[in-house]
Amino acid sequence: MNATSVLLSILNAGQPVAEHRPWLRAVVTSEIWNALIQGLAEGTWTLLGLWGEAGIVHLAAYEAPINPPGASRLPPLPKEGWGDFIVASLPCPDGQFPSVARLHPPAQRLERTIADLVGLRPVGAADPRPWLDHGRWPVVHPLGTVTPRTDPQPPYLFLTAEGEGLHQIPVGPVHAGIIEPGHFRFTANGEAVVRLEQRLGYVHKGIESLLIGATLERAARLIGRVSGDSTVAYALAFARAVEAATETVVPTRAHWLRALMAELERLANHCGDIGAICNDAAFALMLAHCAVLREQVLRASAACFGHRLLMDCIIPGGVVADLPTDGVKILRALVADIRRQFPPLIDLYDNTASLQDRTVNTGFVKPSLIKQFGCGGTIGRAGGRAFDARRDPGYPPYDQLEFETPVLTESDVNARIWLRIHEVEQSLALIDQILERLPSGAVRGELNRLDQPGEGMALVEGFRGDILVWLRLAADGTVARCHPRDPSWFQWPLLEAAIENNIVADFPLCNKSFNGSYSGHDL
Amino acid sequence: MRKLLLHYLWRSPLTEAAPAPSEPALAELGAKVDQAARRRLGRSLSIREVDAGSCNGCELEIHALNNAFYDLERFGFHIVASPRHADVLLVTGPVTVNMREALERTYAATPDPKWVVAVGDCGRDGGVFAGSYACVGGVAAVIPVDLHIPGCPPNPIQLLEGLLALLQVQ
Repeated sequence: MNATSVLLSILNAGQPVAEHRPWLRAVVTSEIWNALIQGLAEGTWTLLGLWGEAGIVHLAAYEAPINPPGASRLPPLPKEGWGDFIVASLPCPDGQFPSVARLHPPAQRLERTIADLVGLRPVGAADPRPWLDHGRWPVVHPLGTVTPRTDPQPPYLFLTAEGEGLHQIPVGPVHAGIIEPGHFRFTANGEAVVRLEQRLGYVHKGIESLLIGATLERAARLIGRVSGDSTVAYALAFARAVEAATETVVPTRAHWLRALMAELERLANHCGDIGAICNDAAFALMLAHCAVLREQVLRASAACFGHRLLMDCIIPGGVVADLPTDGVKILRALVADIRRQFPPLIDLYDNTASLQDRTVNTGFVKPSLIKQFGCGGTIGRAGGRAFDARRDPGYPPYDQLEFETPVLTESDVNARIWLRIHEVEQSLALIDQILERLPSGAVRGELNRLDQPGEGMALVEGFRGDILVWLRLAADGTVARCHPRDPSWFQWPLLEAAIENNIVADFPLCNKSFNGSYSGHDL
Repeated sequence: MRKLLLHYLWRSPLTEAAPAPSEPALAELGAKVDQAARRRLGRSLSIREVDAGSCNGCELEIHALNNAFYDLERFGFHIVASPRHADVLLVTGPVTVNMREALERTYAATPDPKWVVAVGDCGRDGGVFAGSYACVGGVAAVIPVDLHIPGCPPNPIQLLEGLLALLQVQ
């Protein structure tokens, strides 16, 4: 922790919540709340999350360290070099709170969600439309004062774009491929996209409501299905939050096995994405080969941990099962295989001018927007934002592993492909190191203090970006409230910016290069 | 590119032998599927996938069916982009309330005769999401289902075993 951090000193003026770990949470006044909004709007801090429960809103923020860790091959920074993470909580006795999005647009969809789910009204918000609530649920405010729905919701009004020659193209929620549902409303002038507006929420499953009162075992299963492609990262974030809340120390070998699974998940998804992006430029050869790599990773995962996507393998306290005796051998063979097959594919991408013609300069996102939205993952790092949760806040065993966080600045589809290529190489190197130095010992331990209430929070780097899980445990060891925040919240809005002035036919390419999660976002 | 193509031309294919159709799937279909429809659709089926609230896990495994190891198209299955071209709807997810109408409309847009396959534990009864205010809970609660392929998510072999049962002409 940086003792001189402005963020911390501002928050210290509030009332700290003792049982919140590992970072500071304080109940704040509206003056402090407004100062936080001001700092977010000025770019001093980054918004990490905004969620609510009956009568209170919570805002998570991050202050970057002076030396951003991870821009290149750096040794672990001294403790005082890390950034600061905080949660500010504002009581809303009259059911409203000063809007964050009024000055800081990245908060907009989060606020609309709070209004839908909790019923707290953001005062001064520019966009009063509902977000996840499509007027179809039998209840309103499922996370606040639950009441049966009585009045029908007025029709959803899309933002207008007017002018001669403009036409609209509505797409979805059922899309043409094997992908998740969502609605895209394009306004185009001939081929050029003038405006894209997304409407999401179609896969809202009410996960946060299901989590309330759930046992840790059930909650872990639910969290592992927030977004199936990131099941390891979600399970890890949940486990780390529970362990923070209960002050549990996890066996060292469990940390290393968790990182092994996390890198396998990153590897599988990046391999799949590199192929799928090229396929959206009609270059099916790349997809065919990358899909083989992905399948090999999934098969090795199943052989080592019993599940192809590694669902339910990480639990609070450790991991479910140890590597089998031939596990190290299987994974070494996998790494060797990919190292052999991957370079010719990179050459193929690099030497196919017709493919690069589609990807270079397509779907450009301004780095200033990436910074403003605190956009993480491949999209953020392809646009100059070096943030990587494995370094900051950092968690074991990454502090003992050597890896680079690749960063590019071109911020187009091509850069997002290259960033994935570099991250595949880094994940292979990490798996190598983990297999080499895997410590022995137990793989799971008992949780401490399950008979006391506690609050925990964790930030974990999934393949898509940083996943935040915040939770409060009840005195009986069940979940009192848990909020998972997908990286897509801060990525989807940027897709609307990325597609502007691109042609409609390049939308699949841009969309796949983002690969936002619908399920993780809709919850 | 030429080098890569040539290299793989000399290699033996990665595609693996087909699994046998799943017995429970055959039993479920035997009781439900109309023989006349079976004759009319023959041994080539166009599939339209509909995500009705899945976590995306089932989609990943359905995607995998198209990779070189499973090569779905060799069996006569073809994944199509529109329900209007489809013989089979492959539906995943606990059917969220927000997707219910879209699923009903997709079903209505699919020409008869048609079959519906509910994929995954969610598609069967809502799975871990059963009981939520935002989920209908199971595909059969919204449209008639001919076959269930359980699993969370079912792996590509389980999906193939189920789908192959559709082709098994009695």
